Amino acid sequence: MSVLIFIDIAEGNVKKASLEALTYGAKVAEQLGTTAEGVVLGTAKDDLSSLGKYGVKKIHHVNNPSLDHLDAQAYTKAIAEVAGKTGAKVIVFSNNVDGKSVAPRLSAKLKAGLVSGAVALPDTSNGFIVKKNVFSGKAFANIALNTDVKIIALNPNAYKTTAGDGTAEVVSTDIAVDAPKVKVTAVNKVSGEVPLTEAEIVVSAGRGMKGPENWGIVEDLAKALHAATACSRPVADAHWRPHNEHVGQTGTAIAPTLYIAIGISGAIQHLAGVNRSKVIVVINKDPEAPFFKAADYGIVGDAFEVVPKMTEAIKKIKG
Amino acid sequence: MKILVCISKTPDTTAKIAFTANNTKFDTNGVQWIINPYDEWYSLVRAIELKEADASIVIHLVTVGAADADPIIRKALALGGDEAIRVNADSHDSFYIASQIAEVAKQGGYDLIFTGKETIDYNGSSIGGMVAELLDMPYVSLATKFELGGTKATVTREIEGGEEVCEVNLPLVVSCQKGVAEQRIPNMRGIMAARTKPLKAVEPTSVDALTGIANFELPPAKAGVKLISPDNVEELVRLLKEEAKVI
Ligand SMILES: Cc1cc2nc3c(=O)[nH]c(=O)nc-3n(C[C@H](O)[C@H](O)[C@H](O)COP(=O)(O)OP(=O)(O)OC[C@H]3O[C@@H](n4cnc5c(N)ncnc54)[C@H](O)[C@@H]3O)c2cc1C
Ligand SMILES: Nc1ncnc2c1ncn2[C@@H]1O[C@H](COP(=O)(O)O)[C@@H](O)[C@H]1O
Repeated sequence: MSVLIFIDIAEGNVKKASLEALTYGAKVAEQLGTTAEGVVLGTAKDDLSSLGKYGVKKIHHVNNPSLDHLDAQAYTKAIAEVAGKTGAKVIVFSNNVDGKSVAPRLSAKLKAGLVSGAVALPDTSNGFIVKKNVFSGKAFANIALNTDVKIIALNPNAYKTTAGDGTAEVVSTDIAVDAPKVKVTAVNKVSGEVPLTEAEIVVSAGRGMKGPENWGIVEDLAKALHAATACSRPVADAHWRPHNEHVGQTGTAIAPTLYIAIGISGAIQHLAGVNRSKVIVVINKDPEAPFFKAADYGIVGDAFEVVPKMTEAIKKIKG
Repeated sequence: MKILVCISKTPDTTAKIAFTANNTKFDTNGVQWIINPYDEWYSLVRAIELKEADASIVIHLVTVGAADADPIIRKALALGGDEAIRVNADSHDSFYIASQIAEVAKQGGYDLIFTGKETIDYNGSSIGGMVAELLDMPYVSLATKFELGGTKATVTREIEGGEEVCEVNLPLVVSCQKGVAEQRIPNMRGIMAARTKPLKAVEPTSVDALTGIANFELPPAKAGVKLISPDNVEELVRLLKEEAKVI
């Protein structure tokens, strides 16, 4: 028996969301009185044994370059095989891009109940119940998993990474995988940016910015905070900003620790994508803007004056 | 070429979220139901566009739901699509729903199956992957662009911090999100035509659900906003650092 955690690699490096999944999985293993093991697919540049500091004892490394790009079918097959070998009873994913693609496949393959979007450790006092987000962050559901093998896909930023001491034993595992059916022909990274779904801090702006030429002050603030940038839907629709920055019900759903909304009114569809943020700051010149009702801190004022001041104040405290 | 588009029914975004029966059931009182936006705006519209470019394409819609899903599927038919299948079952277990869709897909022999990125109520983002596994087909999730060239598809998908272009041979399952197509409004002609399009109800196959909803919870209410004067932005930064401890 074990808890198996899927460790997600991008260009050879472990993704931040995977470190959360690792910490979470190790904790689940502790709850169940068993050990946590990890599985890595494809080429890895990072030193995998160092992942032991998040509580995993062993890393199964399927070091096969045909697994360097996500192919849900091939990944599922490889993970299922490792899960079988280790007798995994709980398999943990991050509910990120790879997790959303692979965890459901694995669930169907193993007939293992899946909770996607988990936000807390399982409650094992009476069965096995995992809390997840539903209604786009407006409620939670406690999901009972009744199957022998259980799969949990943990929402990014829902569980804090903690590192201790320890190294993991890295075992190379040979698994025959078919050539991937999904052939990646181009990767377009928005370079130098913090990926939106992984960002701890997100600086977001809306139609109150008046036009794309005014985004400099938003970007400056984001830079000072090492934050990702986001926007409201009309801003993306008008091509002021790239569509991958659009957050909300129809865009990306995020849950950073800090969300700063500048010149965004706070429509319910916008809130649906951001209301899982831990702390919300709203800067809006209209005191009646609905966003203030969802905010923790607010400034009623003109973004063009407030935002540069905020950037300066942050630079000052960061030295 | 046959395309299957998965359509789900969700409460309107502005619906009040409340629960009944000791917090075990979603309170549907006064709730307006809509087509899940990802299904309506992106996957369905893209399928219609493909058909507009190649009239030989046949589009079927599938929903797993009780009879109260019929108005939703009629609305989807009004946007486009040739016929619809409703599997007469009410379940929130993704595996149960996916198994029903996979069964319909086996019967129909589709080259392409579209789902939305996720339902806005239960937020599973799971059905597409499960259907693909049950049918042993490749799966591309979170597509932002979809092009067909003969029996090959070129799909752009989201990755952390960017996008990736991939090529896959059909048959294929794709989950769609923003970028794949632009929202359309049904016109009068479509609405009239939808009335006579076939909508077939079929009984579900027997499948065991893998999960169950124990109960629901509402998040604790926010304490209320703390307002800071625009002349004192430094105070906001101090609070974020010392009180909220987020920077
Ligand atoms: C089905 C559906 C789905 C949708 N999905 C999404 C979604 O996913 N994401 C999303 O964002 N929207 C979505 N919308 C749209 C949503 O309803 C709102 O229309 C949208 O969020 C408004 O964007 P905004 O706040 O940028 O613009 P506005 O509503 O125009 O608000 C601009 C705000 O800027 C303030 N402002 C103006 N000038 C200044 C200044 N100088 N300084 C400070 N503040 C200023 C104004 O007071 C105002 O509050 C959806 C709508 C529908 C119907
Ligand atoms: N009951 C259903 N009937 C048909 N399709 C569904 C149903 N539920 C979900 N889907 C499809 O699967 C997608 C993802 O749903 P989910 O995995 O539940 O988030 C939706 O966007 C729909 O395309």
